[in-house]
Amino acid sequence: MVALRDIVIAGLLLGGIYALVAVGMSLQYGVARVLNVAHGEFIMVGAFITFWLFVNIKLSPLLSILITGPFMFIVGFVLHKTLFRRLMRASLSLDAFEGKSLLATFGLLYVVQNIAIMIWGSDVEGYSYMVTSITAAKIPVNRLVALAFVVFLAAALYVFLGRTHMGKAIRASAQDPTVAALMGVNIDNVLAICFGLGLAMAAIAGSLLSLVYQSITTGMGLMYTVYAMIVVVLGGLGSITGSLVGGLILGFVSAIVTHYKPSMIMIAFYAIFVLLLLVRPKGLMGK
Amino acid sequence: MNLDFLKPTSGKQASLGVLAVVLVSLAALPSWYEGYGITLLTEIMKFVILTVAWVMFSGPSGYMSLATAAFYGLGFYIAAVLSGEIPFLVIIIAAGVSGFVVALIVGALTLRLRGIYFCIFTFGLVLLIDQVVREVEQVLSGTRGRFVDTQPTEIVYLAMYGVCVLTILVAWLFKRSRHGLALMSIGQNEEAAAHGGVNVVRTKVLVFALSAVFMAMAGAVIATRRSYVDPGVAFSLNQTFLPVLMALFGGMHNLVGPVIGAVIFTFLRERLLTSFPEVFMLIFGAVLIAAILFLPNGIVGLIQQVWHKIREGKTGARSPA
Repeated sequence: MVALRDIVIAGLLLGGIYALVAVGMSLQYGVARVLNVAHGEFIMVGAFITFWLFVNIKLSPLLSILITGPFMFIVGFVLHKTLFRRLMRASLSLDAFEGKSLLATFGLLYVVQNIAIMIWGSDVEGYSYMVTSITAAKIPVNRLVALAFVVFLAAALYVFLGRTHMGKAIRASAQDPTVAALMGVNIDNVLAICFGLGLAMAAIAGSLLSLVYQSITTGMGLMYTVYAMIVVVLGGLGSITGSLVGGLILGFVSAIVTHYKPSMIMIAFYAIFVLLLLVRPKGLMGK
Repeated sequence: MNLDFLKPTSGKQASLGVLAVVLVSLAALPSWYEGYGITLLTEIMKFVILTVAWVMFSGPSGYMSLATAAFYGLGFYIAAVLSGEIPFLVIIIAAGVSGFVVALIVGALTLRLRGIYFCIFTFGLVLLIDQVVREVEQVLSGTRGRFVDTQPTEIVYLAMYGVCVLTILVAWLFKRSRHGLALMSIGQNEEAAAHGGVNVVRTKVLVFALSAVFMAMAGAVIATRRSYVDPGVAFSLNQTFLPVLMALFGGMHNLVGPVIGAVIFTFLRERLLTSFPEVFMLIFGAVLIAAILFLPNGIVGLIQQVWHKIREGKTGARSPA
């Protein structure tokens, strides 16, 4: 029973974090058409900024989310306005832009990782915060807090996309950028905001990951990029709800596999991926 | 490496002569020279192989494969496992065959998918094969890496040279063959190609598998230069992305572009790696982004553009007089 309870909690938590990462990637690909190979690197940066702030000025990891999120949003916004905007203008077709932007994000991966290694080195780092468990249930508090945060963020995002003006503009741009622009949506800004939001969510996921797992390295990003890609395809490319659901599913799978044989995670994910591509390549919620 | 003979120039005979001289002198190089240059040239030829093999499939078809590192790593690992009693040539062939078989399976599974799905699938494939190898190693030998019987530097060089010439030759012949044209028609419009009588899936899968043969062979050759091999070295994603960027940097409209791109980029990379190991990735990443931004048609495209400008300028200056 204890095993089952642990799996459920780990599954929800991991699922929530994967969903956060995948929704970010989904915003970047589904709206801004950038398949970001460096996505995981921004998770790593979020994790390390949180670690660094905690060790140096004892800032609570939960508060540092208020720094990592907005900071990465600005980075993403500027990156899109400068680099990707330019690439988009220079590309003849959407396919050409997708290919070139993918390669540009690989260059970005190099740059971000090098800067991170220069600042933080390449050793395994970590910190302990709120690791005491609630006496009756023996569940670490940090896991519960992180879980609550993920649920809150997912709800906030849902309201943002569903109810606000900007949210509607984003969804319209995802469906048809040309028509959305004709209807008065400032498409340049929307795309840059989507890219920025994607990075912000990656950074917040990184902050939470550093809180939950007390070991982070500057090379940790790539794994999460691949996980996020699988979740995004699982949910249906460009579908935000799909990414949420896909994230939860993959989170549970990974919690179960980790419980029995941690080294098999990638293989299990890939089995699901292959099955999905054969049976339903559009993904669960794809149109 | 001189590949001017690929272009229908007037001085075809002269070009062929130059090419023959270059080929012979490259082959004879280790007999009178030894040193860092041999290692550098081996590395350059490795990337020429990977880039040309990548362009062979992805160039005409428009399917961006990110699985190069998977096949390269596979060949690398097969060489590590087989090294010892078996002759070097047999190892290289075995690596090529296994690359072909794995690519055939992967291609049959995924090449029905369009564009970005194929991209994502092949990207994940590198990490998957990496994990599978780690798992198998854990179970079978209980270790992470392997020791390899190294080959002398000049043997590795000559083997790489052989695979390199073979790759370029096959790519050149393929481009002009029926199948090359079929693949190009698939890239332009898949439905139209199917209506025109091209067996779309078979063509794509077979060419994908053919390109994997050379990638695996390059991996097998380079593996014998190291005495110790582990999956992290074998399946580095650099081997996936660098060939794509080299092809893009050189320009993909003909075979000269990818070769030039691979030569310049590998040289630059080795130089940066030895001179600035700490900030190598930073500089290289920035160069990559700049190349994508400012060289949309590759360096060959740029040269052609400049050439046109100069000629136009000349005729423009003459015409008023």
